[in-house]
Amino acid sequence: MIVQVAFDIGKHMANFTLRINGEDKKVSVSPGTPLLWVLRDTLELTGTKFGCGAGFCGACTVHVEGTAIRSCSTPVSQVAGKGITTIEGLSANGLHVLQKAWIAEEVPQCGYCQTGQIMTAAALLAKTPNPSDEQITQAMNGNLCRCGTYERIRKAIHRAAGGGQ
Amino acid sequence: MSPLSRRDFVAAGLAAGAGLVVGFYLPHGKRAGKEVFSPNAYLRITPDNKITIVVARSEMGQGVRTALPMILAEELEADWKQIEIEQAGASTLYGDQGTGGSASVKTAWDPMRKAGAAAREMLISAAALTWGVPRSSCAAVEGSILHGASKRRLSYGELVEKAATLPIPIDVPLKQSKDYKIVGQRLARVDTPPKVKGVAVFGIDFRMPGMKYAVLSRCPTIGGKMLSVDDKESKRISGVSYVGKISDAAVAVVADSVWGAMEGRRVLSVNWDDGPNKNLNTPAVVEGLKQAAAKKGTSLYSAGNVAKATGRRVTAEYHLPFMAHAPMEPGNCTANYSGSGCELWAPTQVPQDCRDSVAQALGLDPDQVKVNVTLMGGGFGRRLEHDYAVEAALVSKAVFNSKTGDSKIGTPVKVIWTREDDMRFSTYRPASLHQLSAVLDGAGWPVALTHRIIAPTIAGQKGQPVPGGVDPDLPDEAAFVYGVENVSIETVIAETPVPLGWMRSVYALQAGFASESFIDELAAAAGKDPLEYRLHMLAQDKDRDIQYFTTTWHTARMRGVLQLAAEKAGWKNALPAGRFRGIACFGCFSSYMAEVVEISMENDVPRVHRVVAAVDCGQVVNPSIMEQQIQGGIVFALSNALRAKITIEKGRVVQGNFDDYTPLRMEETPVVEVYAVPSTEAPTGIGEPSVPPLAPALCNAIYAATKKRIRVLPILG
Repeated sequence: MIVQVAFDIGKHMANFTLRINGEDKKVSVSPGTPLLWVLRDTLELTGTKFGCGAGFCGACTVHVEGTAIRSCSTPVSQVAGKGITTIEGLSANGLHVLQKAWIAEEVPQCGYCQTGQIMTAAALLAKTPNPSDEQITQAMNGNLCRCGTYERIRKAIHRAAGGGQ
Repeated sequence: MSPLSRRDFVAAGLAAGAGLVVGFYLPHGKRAGKEVFSPNAYLRITPDNKITIVVARSEMGQGVRTALPMILAEELEADWKQIEIEQAGASTLYGDQGTGGSASVKTAWDPMRKAGAAAREMLISAAALTWGVPRSSCAAVEGSILHGASKRRLSYGELVEKAATLPIPIDVPLKQSKDYKIVGQRLARVDTPPKVKGVAVFGIDFRMPGMKYAVLSRCPTIGGKMLSVDDKESKRISGVSYVGKISDAAVAVVADSVWGAMEGRRVLSVNWDDGPNKNLNTPAVVEGLKQAAAKKGTSLYSAGNVAKATGRRVTAEYHLPFMAHAPMEPGNCTANYSGSGCELWAPTQVPQDCRDSVAQALGLDPDQVKVNVTLMGGGFGRRLEHDYAVEAALVSKAVFNSKTGDSKIGTPVKVIWTREDDMRFSTYRPASLHQLSAVLDGAGWPVALTHRIIAPTIAGQKGQPVPGGVDPDLPDEAAFVYGVENVSIETVIAETPVPLGWMRSVYALQAGFASESFIDELAAAAGKDPLEYRLHMLAQDKDRDIQYFTTTWHTARMRGVLQLAAEKAGWKNALPAGRFRGIACFGCFSSYMAEVVEISMENDVPRVHRVVAAVDCGQVVNPSIMEQQIQGGIVFALSNALRAKITIEKGRVVQGNFDDYTPLRMEETPVVEVYAVPSTEAPTGIGEPSVPPLAPALCNAIYAATKKRIRVLPILG
């Protein structure tokens, strides 16, 4: 199936209904298009970032049914009908406990990877409300940051896990 | 200077909405309009009590959008909550807007302070005139002028009209550091909330109606050219609207979406002429450096006479590879060519160079090119190049020219680089070779030291001046801040066809690694503690000035950071079993830095647990941002030291993505403690100085653990 899609890639459009941040969105794109580009180009949700296109850096992290996935390597055809959450939908007002913690700890430098970092951290906290250092490292290790903000990310996750204190 | 009056400008600015900010520095005595008080190009105050500060440097994560306005706001005696920030595009009003060399705070310190102070003095005068009281009875406090005796108060907004009629003072009193209320505070960065909410607009996020996306197929071999292209398959991809050659070595695929353009490129068939470098490989690069080492060098610094020193001789050679910046946001730029002009939205460290290069490439005058500066997802020097901007402009022009009819309109095009493009078509930190030699006296102290830096010149390769045979970066990056009696530091320029760029700390990384590794070797040869050895070399004069080009270095300040780092790291205390330490210090971009690295060895691989960093960068403007820069610089440097290596095979860059060029991840990140020597000296660089000491301190720790010297980077091969 995947092979078939890859073979036909780019030449045929198909219609998909995506459930994004609680709303149904109809898009017409080629089936092999990575979710990342549908989010960014078609739906104008540019909080999700392109970093490597190969699942190495995590800048494109979104949630599908609550699980953190790499949208750059996930064809849109695989996620049709599933619940997708992007940084724009993580909280109603952009002030999820993690976002508040990120602000309190002054985590971002360039900030480019931080939405992906927050989405990964949010998936971690949803399953592990009070993670250890080791659990944080394990969860966050797939998300690269060239500015080197890792230690502040760790502090922010601990702060969020402690209720923002 | 434009004939527009300030009033015209203000009206135009209001009509244009929140666009690119421009301000004209009014000649002394001219009258400003009533709508705005803007005594200089950095500041506008409006009657609604809004204070807008213009940032003329680019934000790439280093905090300039917060730090620079803090400096002006301090002298203005503004209420920080009143401040709004505007990003300047390429302009003629602010001098060199290039953002690099850790220079933004250093070079903005005086202009921003004076801009704020002049406005403050005018607002005081305006209030005094309004009340008919002496100026000396009025004071500026948190965005208002107060008249203490009568307890009257006027906000800056209320004083705009009057202040705008006053002459602009030339000499203004500047505050003393003891009176600072904003500078030196851990104020929250203005760019943090939008970045965590996902609404910050980086270059790659910019969009406008009708915009197309382009990716380019570039010749994979350095210096190669295109022979022919077959775009039949590409044009069958849905959404692909244009395929065309835009230079001798690049073909653009333009589509309605990034993915469409990528797919169009994937099936594009290009026949390349590999050109003159098709047999170039990394061993040949190393060999080239060795051959260049035979050449006579040019002196960078000389003291005494190294040839006359006698004693025990110690020598060592060090070698460093090409490295890539790999910022998280891949290269991109949006351009809209309209026939008579071109507007760009560029994540760039050099808006003015983008303007000039685009003008030249398109055959326009520079004033026909408008460059807007977006946020950048990292820079590290990669966005000192203007390649993305020129490509975007050329593609937009090619699309424009492909249209027919008389009433053509421009098509905005966003060029996007993939990660593989970024890795393989970048400009790289130069590979280098270092020959060091020292003569030790009977007690083991160096009486002479020679360091020959053999490396290609970045500026020279780009056709920029290399005055006196010295790459213009070396004066900031290769000082030897020790009081050794006989010293010779020299540069030998090697040649390479591999594209070169300025990467965070530039030559200081190479110079610092070689120099500080070697000092450690000397300490070991002398059987002395590496810290005590350095302190002795710094303490033989109480404070020795070392003049290196235009910077006067002070051994006492270097001693200060070494002692601070050592004290905080507990250098004199025993470590737990299996833990080892190394130390290094280096001065670059006018700042002093020392680092102590604590490691253990796990299966011959160093694991860094803790880094203690001490800096003397003069007055710290924002301690939180300073700490970010040092923490980040150390993580960047640790990535470089452990694994960063770009290799060349058959004229092509081998590495392609984050699987074979692997920056540090959380699991390898040490705890970094940052300490600053309290100082009221003018601020100096902070973005880069933490990079150079890390690799030598780490390698010195590895020596402490294993008695093996690492003389070739990266450590893990």
